[in-house]
Amino acid sequence: MSGKLKVHVDQDKCQGHARCKALAPELFDLDEYGNAHEVGDGAVPAGLEDKAWLARSNCPEVAIDVTEE
Amino acid sequence: MSDPARAIPDSAPALADHPPVTDWVHDFDHTDPQWTEDPFPIWDTVRTASPVIHTDRFLGCYMPTTYQAVKEIAYDTEHFSSRRVIVRDVRPEIVNTAPPITSDPPEHKPAKQLLLPPFTPDAMKKLEPRVRAICNELIDEFIADGKCDAAARYTKHIPVRAIAHMLGIPEKDSDLFIKWIHEILELGIRDDATMMRAVHEMTGYFHGHIEARKQNPTDDLITTMMNARDKAGQPLSDGHVLGSLRLLLIAGIDTTWSAIGASLWHLAKTPADRDRLIAEPELMPTAIEELLRAYAPVTMAREVMKDTVISGCPVKSGNMVLLSFPAANRDPAVFPDADKVVLDRKENRHVAFGLGIHRCVGSNLARMEMTVAIEEWLKRIPDFRLDRAGQVKWSEGTVRGPRQLPVLFGKPA
Repeated sequence: MSGKLKVHVDQDKCQGHARCKALAPELFDLDEYGNAHEVGDGAVPAGLEDKAWLARSNCPEVAIDVTEE
Repeated sequence: MSDPARAIPDSAPALADHPPVTDWVHDFDHTDPQWTEDPFPIWDTVRTASPVIHTDRFLGCYMPTTYQAVKEIAYDTEHFSSRRVIVRDVRPEIVNTAPPITSDPPEHKPAKQLLLPPFTPDAMKKLEPRVRAICNELIDEFIADGKCDAAARYTKHIPVRAIAHMLGIPEKDSDLFIKWIHEILELGIRDDATMMRAVHEMTGYFHGHIEARKQNPTDDLITTMMNARDKAGQPLSDGHVLGSLRLLLIAGIDTTWSAIGASLWHLAKTPADRDRLIAEPELMPTAIEELLRAYAPVTMAREVMKDTVISGCPVKSGNMVLLSFPAANRDPAVFPDADKVVLDRKENRHVAFGLGIHRCVGSNLARMEMTVAIEEWLKRIPDFRLDRAGQVKWSEGTVRGPRQLPVLFGKPA
């Protein structure tokens, strides 16, 4: 059985392409430099799982981790 | 203020004209007419041969041919320097830098961070209405003709006016900016004197605008750069400010001009994609990413500083590297149906804006301009096709896009 998803942006890898924010604005936000971080603790609300995976698979820097709790 | 004339280095003599390429694997040349016209089969050929190829042209230059090899080089700032970002016939002494694009760590990060806040997606939203107006002003000028050269009348003018607006310089000076860019990015590959003259003219131009703002500060990017402070609280040197301003103007214009032009070229010859975008406008964000992947305009360069190995291939210092993000975007190992434009491609880690610390600072601007330019065009000119009486012409070298794009409006009779 799959558990709840969590997203995390690796700050050392993120270069501010902002693809995650465009694809999943509910899960990611940008700082004043345009670099991304997860919203809150990164917990993915039910129904947004596909967006989490979509953001991950569109990050050119492969900076997004999606983990199952 | 230093005398800009002193910043002109000794020009190296231009080399003989380039003989036509017959062996792409061992003698590639990104200024060859075959590459300019249709580079995609060439990239497929060299990718099959080796992940890294070499040419003796350009005083020695490698080209990574796979997505993986491009990525390894983009991430390796220890062996590869960005101090030269254009592969040219000559390598004169480096005098005119353009931070942060020509910066390596540790100087790169502070220079880049100064430029990031004005280019966030939120900042671009504020600029969007002006860009939408620019597009419609341009279309108003030619729509009644039933045809136009979409490169000369439309795509060419959108990014230059937008970046002029952001910098706070007159949009009416656009033709001057376009001339400088042609001289630096195209003619400059072979002709050092022309490139240096253009850089010199740009420096003088911006110098005048900086002096004017010392008397009357304005709310624009030039003033932002003038007021910027480094980590020690000191203002940036005049050379840094001028270099960054030159960079914004050069990098912000024919890159996006090319991307918009290539997108319109694709839509002109692909009615199914055009109809689908009109029928499903919600597809636009994904479609823009796919057009960026398939027709990424910008090829960058690195200089090898220390011997290393890339994707199993030895790479020797003293050579340049042609860092072709467009070729990486066509690698079938990463992109299924890499040679097809798939408007709803779901997984798209394209590298049109580069990878690593040198990610294009204007990527959000470029995306906004492309989106608005194509949306407004499709609203006003939903049906159009290539005008077979004319000829599509592509730019040479570092930035690839249509410089002549004759199209007819309406359905074929």
